[in-house]
Amino acid sequence: MSKEIKPKRRDFLFTATYTIGAVGIGAAIWPLIDQMNPDSSVKALSTTEVDVSGVEAGKTITVLWRGKPIFIRRRTQKEIDEAAAVDLKDLKDPEKDSDRAKNPEWLVMVGVCTHLGCVPLGNKGEYNAWFCPCHGSHYDTSGRIRKGPAPTNLEIPKYEFVNNNTIKIG
Amino acid sequence: MSENKYIPKTKLAKWFDSRLPLLSLSHHLKEYPTPKNLNYWWTFGGILTFCLIIQIVTGVILGMHYVAHTDHAFESIEHIMRDVNYGWLMRYVHANGASMFFLAVYIHIFRGLFYGSYKAPRELIWIIGVIIYLLMMATAFMGYVLPWGQMSFWGATVITNLFSAIPLIGENITTWLWGGYAVDNPTLTRFYALHYLLPFLIFGLIILHIWALHVPGNNNPTGIDVKKNSNETMPFHPYMVMKDITALLVFIIIFFWFVFFAPNALGHPDNYIEANPLVTPTHIVPEWYLLPFYAILRAIPSKLGGVIFMFAAIFVLVLLPWLDTSKVRSSTFRPLYRKFFWVLVVTVILLGYLGAKPPEGIYLVLSRIATAYYFIHFLILLPVLGRYEKTDPLPMSISDPVLDKPGLIDKFKKAAGQYEGDNVGSFK
Repeated sequence: MSKEIKPKRRDFLFTATYTIGAVGIGAAIWPLIDQMNPDSSVKALSTTEVDVSGVEAGKTITVLWRGKPIFIRRRTQKEIDEAAAVDLKDLKDPEKDSDRAKNPEWLVMVGVCTHLGCVPLGNKGEYNAWFCPCHGSHYDTSGRIRKGPAPTNLEIPKYEFVNNNTIKIG
Repeated sequence: MSENKYIPKTKLAKWFDSRLPLLSLSHHLKEYPTPKNLNYWWTFGGILTFCLIIQIVTGVILGMHYVAHTDHAFESIEHIMRDVNYGWLMRYVHANGASMFFLAVYIHIFRGLFYGSYKAPRELIWIIGVIIYLLMMATAFMGYVLPWGQMSFWGATVITNLFSAIPLIGENITTWLWGGYAVDNPTLTRFYALHYLLPFLIFGLIILHIWALHVPGNNNPTGIDVKKNSNETMPFHPYMVMKDITALLVFIIIFFWFVFFAPNALGHPDNYIEANPLVTPTHIVPEWYLLPFYAILRAIPSKLGGVIFMFAAIFVLVLLPWLDTSKVRSSTFRPLYRKFFWVLVVTVILLGYLGAKPPEGIYLVLSRIATAYYFIHFLILLPVLGRYEKTDPLPMSISDPVLDKPGLIDKFKKAAGQYEGDNVGSFK
C-alpha cells in the first residue's frame, strides 16, 4: 500500500515545485522585459497643445507628438464634400468621414502610414490627398486607405479643441 | 595523414593537457582530415571567420568614440571620420566589412546549395548556419541605425513596423521594441547594446558550426563520402590553411579596393543627412544584402502577408535538408537540379535588383513572379526532382573524376618516375 502512495506524493511535490519555480522565474524575468517598455519620461510627454489660428483652409501643419508627426489640416469645402460623398462599400477600412473629423473643417491624424510607418506626402497620390512614397499607399481627403498595402486608415489620435484656436493632442 | 591521438611530448605538456586538453584540441584542428579535392569555393568558411574578427576589432574601436544618443550620434560619426586618428579607416573598414561579410556568406550559402552540403549527416551544420545568417542580418540592421542618418532612422522605422503586422499584440511589440511611440533615443541605445552583443553570439554559434562540421567532416565537390584516414584526405594544416590564405588574400584585395577607392559605393548618400522624424526620404532602400527579402516583402499586397512571406523565405532554408529528397548530394551528378540551381541564383539576384526599384509597374509584376519562383524552387521543384530526376552515376572514390581523364595516369607515372625510390602513393 505505502509503496503505491509514495510515488504519488512525490509526483505531486515535483509538479508543485516545478510550478512554483516556473512562476518564480517568470516573475524574475518580467522586469528584464518590461524595462524596454516606454519609461516614465517618455510617457510624461503624452500631451501637446497646438495653436492653429494661423492655419488657412487648404493648408496642413505638422507637429511632433510622442515622436510621431501629427497632420493638422484645415480642409477646403471641396475636400470635405469629396470625403463625405465616398460610398463606405468602396473602403478597405470602412469609416465615415464624420466619425473621423468631429469638426469637418479640421482633420487631425497621426502622419504615419499604417503599413510600415513612413510619413505620407501631402497633396499627392490618386486622391490628391496623402501618398506614402515607401510602398505606395494612397489615402483620401479623410486619410482613409484607398489603394496600396496599408491595412487601415491613418490613425486619429485623441484630441480636443481647448478653445477655437488651440488643439490639445493626447 | 591520419587523425592520430595527441601524445604530449614533454612532462609540462602532459601535465597541462591532462587538466585542460587545449593541446589535444589544437592537435585535432591541425590534423583534421580534409578531402583532397576541396576547391576554392570551400575557402569561404575561413574568409567568413576573418570577416567576423575584422568586424569585432574595428567595432570595438569605433565603440570607443561613438556616442549612442540621438543628439550626438550623427556628429560623433563625423568626429570619427574627421578627428579621430585613423577613424575614417576604422569606419570604412567596418561599414564595407559588413558588405564583404554578406558577399562571402552568400557565396558560402550557394556553395552549400550547389554541392548539397545541407544533406544528411550535415543538417545541423546547415541549420546553425541559417541561425548565424539571421543573427548577421539583425546585427547589420542595428549597426546601420547607429549613425542616425535618414536611412538609419527610416530603415529602423520600416523594419520595426514589420512586427506591427502581428495580429492583436503587434502594436504592443513595436512599442516595446522602441521603448516609446516611435523610433527615438531609447531605440538607439538598445540597438547599440544589442549590436555590440550579437557578434559574440555569432562567434559562439560559429564554434558550434565548426564543431558540428568536425563530426562528419567536410563535404566535397563530388558529394560522396570520403574514407577518413585514407589517401583521400589531407591534414587541415598546412594544406587547407595555405589554400585558405591564398583565397583570403584575393578577398582582402577586393575588400580594401572598396575601402580605399569606393568606400561609399555600397552605402546610401541619404545616410549623410541627419535623421528627421518629420520627413521620409522619397525612396527608402535597405542595404544591398537585404534587398531580395525587401522585394519579397513588397511583392505581397498585404501587410501581414508580406511579413509572413519574407520570414518564410529564410525559414524555408531550415527545412531544406528535408525538402530536397535526392540521395545524391553534389549538383555535378544532378543534371536537372544543376540547371534549376542557376535559375535560383538568377532569381535571387533579380529579387535584389527589384528590391532597389520602386514597387510599381513592371517591377512589381517581376517581383511577384520571382517571389513565386523562389518558393516553388524549394517547396515543389526540390521534392519532385528528388523523386524523378535521373542522376548521373557516382564515382567510386573522390579520386576517380580526376584520374578518369584519358592519359592522365600515364602522365603522373612519368612525373613520379623522376623521384626514384620515393613513395608516390597510388600512382605506383
